[in-house]
Amino acid sequence: MTHPDTHPDFLWRNPDPKPSYDVVIVGGGGHGLATAYYLARNHGLNNVAVLERGWLAGGNMARNTTIIRSNYLWDESAAIYEHSLKLWEGLSEELDYDLQFSQRGVLNLAHNLGDVREGRRRVNANRLNGVDAEWLDADEVRKFCPIINVSGGARYPVMGATLQRRGGIAKHDHVAWALARRADAYGIDLIQGCEVTGFEIAGGRVTAVETSRGRIAAGKVALAAAGHTSVLAERAGIRLPLQSHPLQALVSELLEPVLDCVVMSNAVHVYVSQAHKGELVMGAGIDAYNSYGQRGGVHVIEAQMAAALELFPIFSRVRVLRTWAGIVDVSPDASPIIGPTPVEGLYINAGWGTGGFKATPGSGWVYAHTIAEGRPHPLAEPFGLDRFTTGALIDEHGAAAVAH
Amino acid sequence: MLLIDCPHCGPRDETEFRYGGQAGISCPTGDVSDEEWAAYVFMRDNPKGWFRERWFHVHGCRTWFDVERHTVTHEVRKAR
Repeated sequence: MTHPDTHPDFLWRNPDPKPSYDVVIVGGGGHGLATAYYLARNHGLNNVAVLERGWLAGGNMARNTTIIRSNYLWDESAAIYEHSLKLWEGLSEELDYDLQFSQRGVLNLAHNLGDVREGRRRVNANRLNGVDAEWLDADEVRKFCPIINVSGGARYPVMGATLQRRGGIAKHDHVAWALARRADAYGIDLIQGCEVTGFEIAGGRVTAVETSRGRIAAGKVALAAAGHTSVLAERAGIRLPLQSHPLQALVSELLEPVLDCVVMSNAVHVYVSQAHKGELVMGAGIDAYNSYGQRGGVHVIEAQMAAALELFPIFSRVRVLRTWAGIVDVSPDASPIIGPTPVEGLYINAGWGTGGFKATPGSGWVYAHTIAEGRPHPLAEPFGLDRFTTGALIDEHGAAAVAH
Repeated sequence: MLLIDCPHCGPRDETEFRYGGQAGISCPTGDVSDEEWAAYVFMRDNPKGWFRERWFHVHGCRTWFDVERHTVTHEVRKAR
């Protein structure tokens, strides 16, 4: 069937791999596609391939809860996530694609005095870093989001919340498609069904990748493989401080508009928004054990639902449509790892754990710079692998551990 | 939910246990470089396949023990 010219059948080519590229990106998810796009846009590199084991954006890009915010505690994190949020604010226009980026506000609830103190501290830290943040008391929370149960009789009463009004959600598929279309237009090869099975390393420098579709020579190789980063790095002889866990989420049946902001709670382990289409999107904490199985325990979903119903009694008769899990690579300090590796020419962008979606454009921006220039982008510098040896960790467990 | 075989109590639900991560990590002794210390504190195997790991029967007999578990199928077997 043919479409009018304005509605192409495909947004990108489906090329066979060439024998050689200047840069090979391993992983065709959001971060890999954003990296490819910014390599071309910002650095004029277009002899680039993105190798994807499955299909484009079919991993965590298709499994996340699409929450976008930048209200992290430490200066290093605030800088990189705020850079990302600023890019989001212009991205639909820049990519000429409606990403359904909706800055509807993100609430992070406080349920005890510790939460309140931590939340207020984070608001102040955010403001000092130019990140918009407000503190709401329980009554203001009720006014901002009337369906939250703020009664004092709750098992974990809502005592207040931080609010980032510029935070929100976006449509994950549109983000991937828009980035892929532009990367393709720059001449970058997006190669699906191409698994990297090994690396050729000569004299401490990577020279090629071995793939399920043959050998591909590469000037530089950039990992963007999220939960599978450890598996790939091991093939290059690198051990990483990452552990892969299932992270579960679910959607409800479609509802009329009922929730017009994002609500997150670290203490009771749930985060909720309503997608444009109408389903409630809810995320849980990680399953405790290491896994690559893309599924988790029902008891985790049960606990998450209990938390959601505690906050939103109105959802008590809503039915679950489906649940799923993605595999997230968690680092010891809940911050990403971006930069060079002990193998020359091999770069890593991993450890985004439970919250990589919000960083998609910012991550691609700084990773592309790091690859193109051969040294870390200033915003990426604090996130190098060497911080685990120097001890300069960026502990974001309070802002990142559960809630994403 | 996993069914985990506690050596003292027998097979029990995963919710009775706390996860302890990779087994066999021991604290280095003597003169330790920053790299060796980082390896001990932070670096861990993260295999796709069989993984020897620690579990703590926190809501049972409070025994720490090792099992081998496959990180794709989640099959659990006795540690060798």
